[in-house]
Amino acid sequence: MDLIWQGLVRAFQLIIHGDPAMLRIAGLSLAVSISATLISLVLGITAGTAIGLTRFFGRRFLVSLINTGMGTPPVVVGLIVTILLWRSGPLGVLHLLYTPAAIVIAQCVISLPIITGFTMASVQQVDPKLRLQILALGASRMQLLWLLLRETRLPLLAAVMAGFGAVISEVGAAMMVGGNITGQTRVLTTAIVMETGKGDFALAIALGTILMALVYLVNLCLTIIQQRSRAR
Amino acid sequence: MKFPVDSHREGKRRTDVFGKQRPRVALFRALPVILLLALTLGIAGCSSPNAPTPTLSLTPTVTPTPTSPKPANPEVILATTTSTADTGLLDALLPMFESKTGYKVKPIAVGSGQAMTLGERGEADVLLVHSPDAEVAFMQAGHGINRKLVMHNYFVIVGPATDPARIKGMTSAIDAFKKIAAAKAIFISRGDKSGTDAMEKGLWAQAGINPEGQSWYQVTGQGMGATLTITSEKQAYTLSDRGTYLKTKQNLGLTVLAEGDPILINVYHVIQVNPQKSTKINADGAKAFSDFIVDPATQKFISTFGVDQYGQAFFIPDAGKTEAELGTK
Repeated sequence: MDLIWQGLVRAFQLIIHGDPAMLRIAGLSLAVSISATLISLVLGITAGTAIGLTRFFGRRFLVSLINTGMGTPPVVVGLIVTILLWRSGPLGVLHLLYTPAAIVIAQCVISLPIITGFTMASVQQVDPKLRLQILALGASRMQLLWLLLRETRLPLLAAVMAGFGAVISEVGAAMMVGGNITGQTRVLTTAIVMETGKGDFALAIALGTILMALVYLVNLCLTIIQQRSRAR
Repeated sequence: MKFPVDSHREGKRRTDVFGKQRPRVALFRALPVILLLALTLGIAGCSSPNAPTPTLSLTPTVTPTPTSPKPANPEVILATTTSTADTGLLDALLPMFESKTGYKVKPIAVGSGQAMTLGERGEADVLLVHSPDAEVAFMQAGHGINRKLVMHNYFVIVGPATDPARIKGMTSAIDAFKKIAAAKAIFISRGDKSGTDAMEKGLWAQAGINPEGQSWYQVTGQGMGATLTITSEKQAYTLSDRGTYLKTKQNLGLTVLAEGDPILINVYHVIQVNPQKSTKINADGAKAFSDFIVDPATQKFISTFGVDQYGQAFFIPDAGKTEAELGTK
């Protein structure tokens, strides 16, 4: 128990002193996860809306794949992305392995099915009559899409939270494709694994506390945005 | 259609005494966005790529000098063992190397087995490993060039102070292993094809015991630090390099029970991956690192590393010695 207390004290000290290494690690965690979530948002909302609003051959199969993708083990994603990014692999020429960009790629693969799946489900649950009504009022296709997305912004923000939560707390893929390199690709989760391995549990708990605080702050912001729209 | 409740709310909002409702609402609405931006920019701003790379541990860091030379291909991938990372040696040495040569090292801390597999595939440029038998095979297969002695320390057999197998003070590692097996005391194995794992498997073979599948023989598949923690929790025995044990012992309920057997020597070599394997291998960077680690100044640093905090050095430098002097391969 005293270790948890020591860890909390240590977390407090690291934050108060603005420890440069901690800031760097926490900053990279945030930057990488937010970039990955944003990229997944653009791709996922587009794909999710398209799949949610259209009917085509093989749609059910595709939806089942996306739903399975929501539960893909990050470590499998990490392994496959590593092999693709190897110097001898198909994407080796890009020299991305063991860089923050590699972590962003892996995290996009992890969060894309989550955001696509959520978008698809929320677009589909909008009453089809509403679509007819909007079109009847003379809206263009783009206006229709925009209004539908506005209508589903509550579940969409839930999608953002789920996607962001999945990637910032993810460790297996970040460790494999990033390599946990000091000052380059060390993020909060991989640093926690490393400090636990070294037996420095207090520092591991301190970093864990900082990670949870960051996740809370980001989700608090998203929740304010989400719930504000409901109050009106 | 608007419900009365809504219009009431709207009405209430607009009848503010000071007439400052709109800007305040706008600010409140923008607050989460501002917070998010501040959080990202504020923290990310602290991590500009040009900043020196500090470490969370108390190891010394060297700020790169602006006069660093600029190599054509600055990225060097170093595949190494968990022990060099867990002791903090890499965190101390790499900034020195980077500021001296201008190379940027990506150290991948894995077991020696995996490090050599990465080298074999051409996915690493230079290796710092401690698994002599596997290294000799690696060299004979033509995967590496210029294998050089770097440093050594000794493996120790650690276990609980209660010592149920009664091996305390034994100087023969093989006899100690025989007693652990006879007592069926729990032994934790790395099982990850690391240098430590290879040494442990070799000791069991020399003791004429096959521990695989025995209930007292448990395999973690993890690095040395994690394996020591598990061993401590289970009050079991394990084989560890002395450096990682010294670094982590303050958190462990384990003591050194058997040490000093000459066969427990733990030798680290640096190997440059054969550049003929692939044009993508950074041969110049690998050579620069190999030269750096056997450089007298680096070797002197290794000889004192750990003394200030742990009373003894983690590693004994060996550059320039012959294998015969150390009694190894």
